[in-house]
Amino acid sequence: MAGLGAMMMMFLLLGGLVLAAAVVVIGIYNGLVGGRNQVDNAWSQIDVQLKRRHDLIPNLVETAKGYMQHERQTFESITQARSQAMGAKNVAEASKAEGALTDALSKFMLVVENYPDLKANQNFLSLQETLTSTENKIAFARQAYNDAVLTYNNKTQMFPSNIVAGMFNFTKRDFFEIESTAEREVPKVKF
Amino acid sequence: MWEQIRINKRNSMILLTAMAGLLLGLGGLLGYAFVGPQGVGVGILIAGGVWLLLTLISFSSGDQILLASSGAVEVTPEVHPMLFNIVEEMKIAAQLPAMPKVYIIPDPSPNAFATGRNPSKSAVAVTEGLLAKLNRDELQGVIAHEVSHIVHRDILFVTLAGIMLGTIVLLADVFLRGTMYGSHRRYSGRDNNNAQGLMIIIALVAAILAPLMAQILYFALSRKREFLADAGAVRLTRYPEGLASALEKISGSKIPMETANKVTAPMYISSPFRGRQASLFSTHPAPEDRIRVLRAMMHGANYQDYDQAYRSVTGKSGIIPASALKDSEAIPTRQADTRSEPKPQPAAKAQQRILFGDFIRKQQGFAFIDCPCGVKLKLPPNLPTNRVQCPRCKTVHTVTQS
Repeated sequence: MAGLGAMMMMFLLLGGLVLAAAVVVIGIYNGLVGGRNQVDNAWSQIDVQLKRRHDLIPNLVETAKGYMQHERQTFESITQARSQAMGAKNVAEASKAEGALTDALSKFMLVVENYPDLKANQNFLSLQETLTSTENKIAFARQAYNDAVLTYNNKTQMFPSNIVAGMFNFTKRDFFEIESTAEREVPKVKF
Repeated sequence: MWEQIRINKRNSMILLTAMAGLLLGLGGLLGYAFVGPQGVGVGILIAGGVWLLLTLISFSSGDQILLASSGAVEVTPEVHPMLFNIVEEMKIAAQLPAMPKVYIIPDPSPNAFATGRNPSKSAVAVTEGLLAKLNRDELQGVIAHEVSHIVHRDILFVTLAGIMLGTIVLLADVFLRGTMYGSHRRYSGRDNNNAQGLMIIIALVAAILAPLMAQILYFALSRKREFLADAGAVRLTRYPEGLASALEKISGSKIPMETANKVTAPMYISSPFRGRQASLFSTHPAPEDRIRVLRAMMHGANYQDYDQAYRSVTGKSGIIPASALKDSEAIPTRQADTRSEPKPQPAAKAQQRILFGDFIRKQQGFAFIDCPCGVKLKLPPNLPTNRVQCPRCKTVHTVTQS
């Protein structure tokens, strides 16, 4: 009789342990899914802003062209960087191409200083604010994305969540570094 | 990491519970004083009931009431593109699920506040004075501070605590008036009941002290939250100097806000009342302290850096909840932003004011007529006549709008 009671106890204890482990695993799993979704969501934000910048450029070039006849090379480098950025296939490629585009735009904005007529143009002024803001939004979206990636990557690498991550194939994500030669930290346009 | 600073607000919870205790205790005491021992339960029920009712009202329409009482006008992006852009930038940085609504308050005093119970339904309001005074980076700092309030759910807390404060003041007021005008007849006949006589005196003292204590609690909570929102703002913008110099300009202004009162004051970025020293009864920390903390952030923009700066400036123990400090990844600050501002352009600022003025007139039903001579006629609704003469070129126009 006593032996049966002890068996029952053992079973109950074992069942309890399995249940507790299952709850922990489910909790970690959900945390990982949440983290991954946040990363994806943050990435789509960057994507939106990058597209907005791509859309802005033809307008900008069109407005500025009339005032800046001698800057064909500047325009060409912008247009080229834009088409390269639009054709990028993965995060690494996009990083590189968007960095080049940021550089080209910075150079363009430096050159603008030499054209007071252009700087007085109302249409250009509003484009300038839109471009400034788009550059900021890209920077802030990147900031949010990298924060999300860091949190998520920590989860996939640290014990004990790394075990669950390994079981369900949660892989590490890449940071989005804009490879700008001028300034690595924040994409900057000098007005 | 955003979640952590929000969840770990034990101190705020303690304060809120203390206020609730104060409210219910006052209710019970007043019940005892009026009716006797059997009135305690009723008193507590009434106090709780009034609080619940006011809370429900404010939850269903509190932000609307606040916005309306401050005279804020919801604007479209065309009215102020830069303001909208900055709000959107901060929305992205803070990963808010939805774009906050944007309001402008026609008030020359520079200030701003945020409302909304949760991050997916929020609003930020800034005064015209603020837009006129600040440059882009400073405005970004202010908006980041407001967005941090939204992320930290401070508005919910301020609403809950503010209503408790309001209820306590209301109960105490009703009781004091009641005893002052009606006490003689009502209580003198029962003077054989000594215990109740004593309770009346205790209740009187409590009715005088409770609102003071509630205010001290409320304002302590509010001051702490201002520091936390500053820390959040820096984490969003990575640029402490923007907010610091904005606070400098705002606190340097001598114009008081016309539409603010003590209960709504904690919602604003800087105390809407001018020329007072920081004390137990201030809703905001002294702006000088906030500015000094921000300027002491030399190395980085994360919570640890803010906490460190806070400790070295104030000499107190830290301000940031411990769990938020665990995120120790270094966040560099960024450099001064020289790109955005095409130097002060008074013409553009004036243009902005005209644009906002017209926006308000349009909402009020004004009719606009562009005269060929270049004058823009702005006509109020319900004109007695439908023929108007241009003051410059004397052309007579017919008003088509009803």
